[in-house]
Amino acid sequence: MARESEDPAMTKASKVKRQRKKKPKENKTRTVHANILYDNAKGEENPNRHYANNEIKTTKYTLLSFLPKNLFEQFHRFANVYFVFIALLNFVPVVNAFQPELALAPVVFILSVTAIKDLWEDYRRHRSDQEINHMDCLVYSRAERRYVEKYWKELRVGDFIRLRCNEILPADVLLLSSSDPDRLCHIETATLDGETNLKQRQVVRSFYDLDCDFNPLKYNSIIECEKPNNDLNRFRGYIIHRSGRRDALYKENLLLRGCTIRNTEEAVGIVIYAGHETKAMLNNNGPRYKRSKLERQMNVDVFWCVIILLVMCLFAAVGHGLWMFQYGDKRPVFDVLSPEGTDLSPIMSAIYLFLTMIIVFQVLIPISLFVSIEIVKICQVYFIHQDMELYDEETDSHLQCRALNITEDLGQMQYIFSDKTGTLTENKMVFRRCTVAGVEYSHDANARRLAMYQEMDSEEEECTSHGGTLPRRDSVTSHQSPHGQCSSPPTSVLIPLCCVLSTDNPSSVLQEKDITPDPQLLDKPTSQLPSDLADIIDFFIALTICNTVVVSSPNQPRQKVQLTSAASVHSSSSLITNRSSNKGCSSLLSSPSAESTLTKLDEEQTPRGLEHAFSPVPPCYDGKGWNLEEGELRYEAESPDEAALVYAARAYKCSLVGRLPDQVTVELPHLGKLSFELLHTLGFDSTRKRMSVVVRHPLTDQITVYTKGADSVIMDLIRPPDTGSSKGKRQKKIVNRTQNYLNLYAADGLRTLCIAKKILSKEQYACWLQRHLEAETAIQGREELLFESALRLETNLHLLGATGIEDRLQDGVPETIASLRKAGLQIWVLTGDKQETAVNIAYACKLLHYIQAKFLCSSTEQATKSFHGSFAPFEIYSSSSPSSHSSSHTAAPFTVHRLGLVIDGRTLAYALDKSLEDKFLAVARSCRSVLCCRSTPLQKSMVVKLVRNKLKVMTLAIGDGANDVSMIQVADVGVGISGQEGMQAVMASDFALPRFRYLQKLLLVHGHWCYSRLANMILYFFYKNAMFVALIFWYQFYCGFSGSAMIDQWYLIFFNLMFSAFPQLITGTLDKDVSAETLQQLPQLYVNGQNSEEYKPYMFWMNMIDAFYQSLVCFFIPYFAYADSDVDLFTWGTPITTLALFTILVHLGIETKTWTWMNWLSIAFSIALFFTVALCYNASCPTCYTPSNPYWTMQRLLQDPLFYLLCVITPLVALLPSWINSLQKPAGTSSASAGSRWGHPSPAPRHHRGPFYKQSNRAGGARWGPQTLRGACQISTLYFLQK
Amino acid sequence: MMASSYNAKEEDGHHSGASSHGGAGAVKSKKPDNTAFKQQRLPAWQPILTAGTVLPAFFVIGLIFIPIGIGLFVSSNNIKEFEIDYTGVGESSPCHSCAKNFSWNSTTPCLCSVDFTLEQPFESNVFMYYGLSNFYQNHRRYVKSRDDSQLNGDRSALTSPSKECEPYRTSEGLPIAPCGAIANSLFNDTLELYHIDANGTSNSIPLVKKGIAWWTDKHVKFRNPGGNGNLTVAFQGTNKPVNWRRPVYELDPSDSENNGFINEDFIVWMRTAALPTFRKLYRIIQKKPSSTPTLPSGKYVLNITYNYPVLSFDGRKRMILSTISWMGGKNPFLGIAYITVGSICFFLGVVLLIIHHKYDTRNNSADIPN
Repeated sequence: MARESEDPAMTKASKVKRQRKKKPKENKTRTVHANILYDNAKGEENPNRHYANNEIKTTKYTLLSFLPKNLFEQFHRFANVYFVFIALLNFVPVVNAFQPELALAPVVFILSVTAIKDLWEDYRRHRSDQEINHMDCLVYSRAERRYVEKYWKELRVGDFIRLRCNEILPADVLLLSSSDPDRLCHIETATLDGETNLKQRQVVRSFYDLDCDFNPLKYNSIIECEKPNNDLNRFRGYIIHRSGRRDALYKENLLLRGCTIRNTEEAVGIVIYAGHETKAMLNNNGPRYKRSKLERQMNVDVFWCVIILLVMCLFAAVGHGLWMFQYGDKRPVFDVLSPEGTDLSPIMSAIYLFLTMIIVFQVLIPISLFVSIEIVKICQVYFIHQDMELYDEETDSHLQCRALNITEDLGQMQYIFSDKTGTLTENKMVFRRCTVAGVEYSHDANARRLAMYQEMDSEEEECTSHGGTLPRRDSVTSHQSPHGQCSSPPTSVLIPLCCVLSTDNPSSVLQEKDITPDPQLLDKPTSQLPSDLADIIDFFIALTICNTVVVSSPNQPRQKVQLTSAASVHSSSSLITNRSSNKGCSSLLSSPSAESTLTKLDEEQTPRGLEHAFSPVPPCYDGKGWNLEEGELRYEAESPDEAALVYAARAYKCSLVGRLPDQVTVELPHLGKLSFELLHTLGFDSTRKRMSVVVRHPLTDQITVYTKGADSVIMDLIRPPDTGSSKGKRQKKIVNRTQNYLNLYAADGLRTLCIAKKILSKEQYACWLQRHLEAETAIQGREELLFESALRLETNLHLLGATGIEDRLQDGVPETIASLRKAGLQIWVLTGDKQETAVNIAYACKLLHYIQAKFLCSSTEQATKSFHGSFAPFEIYSSSSPSSHSSSHTAAPFTVHRLGLVIDGRTLAYALDKSLEDKFLAVARSCRSVLCCRSTPLQKSMVVKLVRNKLKVMTLAIGDGANDVSMIQVADVGVGISGQEGMQAVMASDFALPRFRYLQKLLLVHGHWCYSRLANMILYFFYKNAMFVALIFWYQFYCGFSGSAMIDQWYLIFFNLMFSAFPQLITGTLDKDVSAETLQQLPQLYVNGQNSEEYKPYMFWMNMIDAFYQSLVCFFIPYFAYADSDVDLFTWGTPITTLALFTILVHLGIETKTWTWMNWLSIAFSIALFFTVALCYNASCPTCYTPSNPYWTMQRLLQDPLFYLLCVITPLVALLPSWINSLQKPAGTSSASAGSRWGHPSPAPRHHRGPFYKQSNRAGGARWGPQTLRGACQISTLYFLQK
Repeated sequence: MMASSYNAKEEDGHHSGASSHGGAGAVKSKKPDNTAFKQQRLPAWQPILTAGTVLPAFFVIGLIFIPIGIGLFVSSNNIKEFEIDYTGVGESSPCHSCAKNFSWNSTTPCLCSVDFTLEQPFESNVFMYYGLSNFYQNHRRYVKSRDDSQLNGDRSALTSPSKECEPYRTSEGLPIAPCGAIANSLFNDTLELYHIDANGTSNSIPLVKKGIAWWTDKHVKFRNPGGNGNLTVAFQGTNKPVNWRRPVYELDPSDSENNGFINEDFIVWMRTAALPTFRKLYRIIQKKPSSTPTLPSGKYVLNITYNYPVLSFDGRKRMILSTISWMGGKNPFLGIAYITVGSICFFLGVVLLIIHHKYDTRNNSADIPN
């Protein structure tokens, strides 16, 4: 069914392509007409016919294309090509070794396993596509003159659709009508970017004034917009009405596919982009492919295997040549001529034999290795995913593995680069302190309460129920609220309000909402200069409106609420006034200073203030009782800082009650609701580091700019005070004092923001507006123009004050860092924050210690030369430390590690210079901790890249925000924290964690396990194949190097694939060399993975030697047992196969540290499978399977006592050395059981960075003195140590 | 995010859909199951190798292996075996002239006889083998050079043998039956054994040629085309292998049941040996019903019809007489191996025990300063 429906779609698509070629003009923009106009016309008439329909198809294959396409993809892997080549070689009669069809079997098997996996994945995609395609939506039908239900896939560009609350958008839709009173539509974009705050979308301007419901039949405009692209934050175009009028379209008008409609009862829109052309679909990228370190190492050894293979083949070929040569011209009867009956010269037959040997020995390059590794990794990912300890109850999220093939890299990390905000800290902002007009309000009560929160948090961990803590919090809040202040004489206009506030301040779980106003600030005596007061009011207004916070009430969808507030009377602007219409009236107004106006206002209002203030309900508005539910107003902010500030302002009764695209409503003390006409919002960007809003003040009608931003930027933009006047001097003093306080805040680890404002004269505004409008309407380079426009506006600011926001450390961060440190990981913090803030957080999370010497490298204007100088002293350290070799840096002396390096962004720019980067690294490496502050995202990634490339270490970058994305992508392993700042970091990451502290278990436990499991499995694989192939190699000495094999071709080919495959998969998935508890208690064990101790190059060779020894045993014991007997080729070869299987399985058993029932089962299954297959195969056909002719062989062997005797002795002899070797392991080296079995898992504390085996040796040495033991005795003694 | 999660908790889900968790109650928690398997807490046995487990293991292995080894060794030693090389390499050896002059092309058989003496009588059944050395029956191209379908009596394979048989597939335009190099090189010496009794008369010893091949080979794998009827007719249109003197249906003139592909000497030959030095069962000397030994000690004569040249590839031919036991022919290796391994394990056990003992005392003294 589905396939059928796809075919017309495909032909259509190809038609579309053809047509596009004909009309290249079309490529510039997209024109969308309403479909209903063309309902009667056939498809060819419809101008929208070229656009993709809404049916999505994310599958890679169709039934027809599956085979060729999948094979093509699989042959990109070199190994597959190699195996197919060898299988095809079998079809050449001169060199063939096996039945050609049989030789193809393993390759076909491997290819088909992969193909089936791909097919299954594709089928699942197909299923989910079908599900999505068959979701319902309401589409307007001209015939029925109403909205009818249709499937998503039937939706076409140009259709009108009606959306109801909580519906998911089926396509990218231009919003034409909304039931919302303000023509808004709220959407939640969680599925796109993970941000759960609601976003406002706005009806296209020309459809604003429609009072009645939107009627699609009357619509006759044409939309021109850009071609589909994947930029979620951009949409440009215009709508042309029949009248010829053009209206610009913005991203605010576009509803994106995949988003959910919230808070809005109904919305109508026209489909602009459908199906695969929607922005959401264009943003869909497949998973990333990384190659892990272990795999790189493995590939080297695969290469060695190839060399061994070639050497063996060459040896056999030369041997065969010589063997032939010794007979000279007298051909023995057993030397068969070539099929043509011609004599083969020794050289020619040696060459043919070389190729034959490659086929016979192909097993040495393990064909199933790659598939097995993939399977094991998928299982590992599954287990990591299932770990309860990596699950966060609070957010109901657990660890996500986004990259499936680098699990083992987690066990080999050496450097961690961490972001600070949101990664180490909660990114839950709490308003802590502020300074207004040079006066500091320390909000001590807040601080005290916060301290109590922290205590409570720890209690909370014990009592799981959330409700249990609430009453306590209530009480705390009421205790802390300044009742005392209320009783003081109401000299201030603000005080009464504060009383109202403090009593009805809603208790809440979230701290950021819970702000206890500073009594000092509330108690502001009027005796002070009025300008101060004005500043305070302005300060709070700025906090309230200079943001993009959306107010949402829990009652949704929003009903029509008539705002008849007193404030809106003041405001002359209407909602639907076009911005350009402002121009006209601007000249009418004079530009009085804000201070004077406000002072005037105050004078007028102070007498009335009391009345107003004490009346519990402001009289001036009705509606759905916003006032009563005011406490439940929720602020949904893009950044937590903004929310914190708005909540802070609300604590001072300056609360944001509504935000519309053109208007912000603020409820002010004694003034009631004020509606600020929002003229422009110049959004935050990381270059400007600030945002501004331009509003028309409702009381004074002044054009006011409120700016909020990083202190470093704002301070530079402050209007230089004219030192002449006293006011100027005061201003200068305020700036200086504010700067001092800012430094103080930063030292406390607070995030600082400066608030400033600017009053524009009408002329200034008009002048700016003109150019700004030009910028806004520009199609080309709009972003740059808007940026410049913003720069023009944000000058000569008047400083209002500054805020300090606290960002609490996440739970368990210091502990996690301490334990990661013990694990030998270097932790660098790269943050965009101020130096002081960063340093304080670093102290808080024990990254820096007070006793530590600290090098602060911050240069302002210093040239490179002086930088050289400042690094000079450290060179001594780096050269004196024995760690000049890159990989052994962990062994650097301790004295060096007591240093901490703090470097700021500007200095970092010098340090990252080509000429200095080596020195910088030398210094950084000798420091115990490195802190880079004020660094840009690019710098972060450069640092990571530098360390990764120069030191050749494994790096892990962890972050949560968009600014960490580049760093996450550069590092070997990128970890995203799915926190407060959206999903960009998560999208870019390989692993996504809910909390920082989970990193500990992820690395120390899962990383270690994954690494050691995979490393052991890979080594075992090499061993297994070498051991098996060597058996045949030894045989060549007894068959004239003719390439004969005593092992039946079936066993030879299926040995790897079937008989010995399952146990190693089980062990590779489930084996635990050390228990999770021990790994967490002894982080030192992690060093094991960092130094690649499970898989060192020599280990490959050790395994090879072991394999050769074991194969010698398995070959020669049967050889001597059957020497000079009447045994035939395969009756002799089958016991050898059996012995090899037993040996290999028991060897795995020795390697296996923990035995679960699955291990037992898999081994039993393997043996049972072998005998079942052998018995069936040997009984099935007396004449097939040439040349092996194995009829009834196994059956006869099972009656032969000699066979059983061989099965007992051979594996034992073969495995005795490795068994004895394994005895010494648990006690001798890092593993296991070391800690747990010794029963005192507390290691020597001073021995942080030393490889663990040293420590255990020390411990052992102290007690038993193993130095005195030599040779085999040492082995056994070491094993006895742990008894 | 926070705001919404706050609500989901505060209002316990009675608001619907305002937050991201729209209907908190309905959405299933993603919390992983707390099962032993998923949390990787499956009950596991950790093979902890301590003195308590390892020492007994060594001793037990030693104690089991040594008796088995002794048993094997004794039973191997009880087997009587006699071997005589009749290749005729040396000048003095009776078959020297045959060996020297004989080639595949010779038409007249060369006869020679070898005298030998059995020092000890052979009780029970005696198996008579011929042995070849330096004969690579396991050569890859040689092993492949046969057609099992043809040997199984398949008519179509009889007339058009498999390509594997090349270059012994056809001769003189006719398909060869049996085709291939293995069949072509069939061992065709005839051995006869005579006992010289005390008064100098030689008595022929009856040699049984039935039952020397595997039962399955004789009855399942190898079959004559068209049953065991008239073989001459059945093999019409085929040619004998080039090295053969007689066609396949005349392999055994004395027993018509033993002709064609089911000739047991032929079947035994077709089972290619694993190693270049091998023996193949030739005849069985049945135990006599009386109490006299099957082969009493004394003088014997081996009459050889020397047909099979081996000197060109430096091969050797032997005749072997052997009794067998439950574990096959005479081979002391396995017994020795068991004894050796058992002894090594036992020795290791003793060494470990000593170290264990020593270490125990040291342990006590070393712990005190700690």
